[in-house]
Amino acid sequence: MFALIACGFALGQYMADLPLSPMKLRYFSWHKWLGVTIFMLAVMRIAWRATHPAPLPPAGTPAWQNAAAGAIHILLYLLIIAIPLSGWLHSSAAGVQTVYLGLLPLPDLLPKNKPLSEFLGEVHEILNDGLAVLVAVHAAAALKHHFVNRDDILRRMLPFLGPR
Amino acid sequence: MMRWLILAVAAGLPVVTAATEQNVVYDKSRITCASRQMGVPVEADFRQFTARIDFDPGRPDGSRISIAINTASFEFDPEVDDEVRGRLWLNAHDFPQARFISSSVRAIGNGRYEARGTLEIKGARSEVTVPFTYQPAAGGVFEGVFVISRLHYNIGEGKWRDTDTVGDDVQIKFRIVTDSPAAKRK
Repeated sequence: MFALIACGFALGQYMADLPLSPMKLRYFSWHKWLGVTIFMLAVMRIAWRATHPAPLPPAGTPAWQNAAAGAIHILLYLLIIAIPLSGWLHSSAAGVQTVYLGLLPLPDLLPKNKPLSEFLGEVHEILNDGLAVLVAVHAAAALKHHFVNRDDILRRMLPFLGPR
Repeated sequence: MMRWLILAVAAGLPVVTAATEQNVVYDKSRITCASRQMGVPVEADFRQFTARIDFDPGRPDGSRISIAINTASFEFDPEVDDEVRGRLWLNAHDFPQARFISSSVRAIGNGRYEARGTLEIKGARSEVTVPFTYQPAAGGVFEGVFVISRLHYNIGEGKWRDTDTVGDDVQIKFRIVTDSPAAKRK
């Protein structure tokens, strides 16, 4: 899922400033398909988390760190839902329907409206910038746990690292 | 005569409306084109056009219809507009108008009619059949849709010829509202 988000993010950054070309239209479609996929996975992930509580933090973690980690996790969940939604609404207001994989048309939630589309485009971008910052903090914290605290947090997040 | 009228309109010359023509209400009328991009239907407007309609539902065969669309009035969003008005698409600079001029109009039943005529876009011409409905409120409302092949008119040249990204079929939709009926012909 991280790989999909990273692809969607990089493609979005790259394609937005390209001159109009057939390739740009393809990139936009792929970007939207990635977004729809991420949205569906995010919903499944949140449903899982809602029914399966997160594992407890290591004993002895300061309370402020637990609070910060909890807040960042909630924000990450919010953004992986809000970012695809804002992209979908942006596209809808721009007058371009989203058709998943070119096969499954998603309903246009908004009528064509240029100022609204531009506003939603800005929102989509700002939320993405926010996500990039949170991902950096989240990753830095995980690395700090691994290399400074020498606990099993990172191994828990990335089971392929294997047990200590 | 009709051609002269269109040229006069295009040149911005004052034209005396022929007594039998319906008066078109432009702010209620709309001409759009819709293509499929990556399989997704996308619709754009032509903001400026001139319609000259002399239509009598009781005697459709005597009708004359001509439409001239300003190609530079294509409107979707600024980035797309620049491209579509440009050389590879409509080439609005060299071909400022797309025109339809009817050669015959006939009733096909149930309030439906069919106009045959010549469609000229970007210097390419072809004979087309345009089905439409006529609702006789006020001067009458004309509505219809027909499909053209963009490549037939060289719309979208070079890198845009590939129809996987932008499909070949383009739906032209129109709704033309008039507020005075054509005078009855003798």
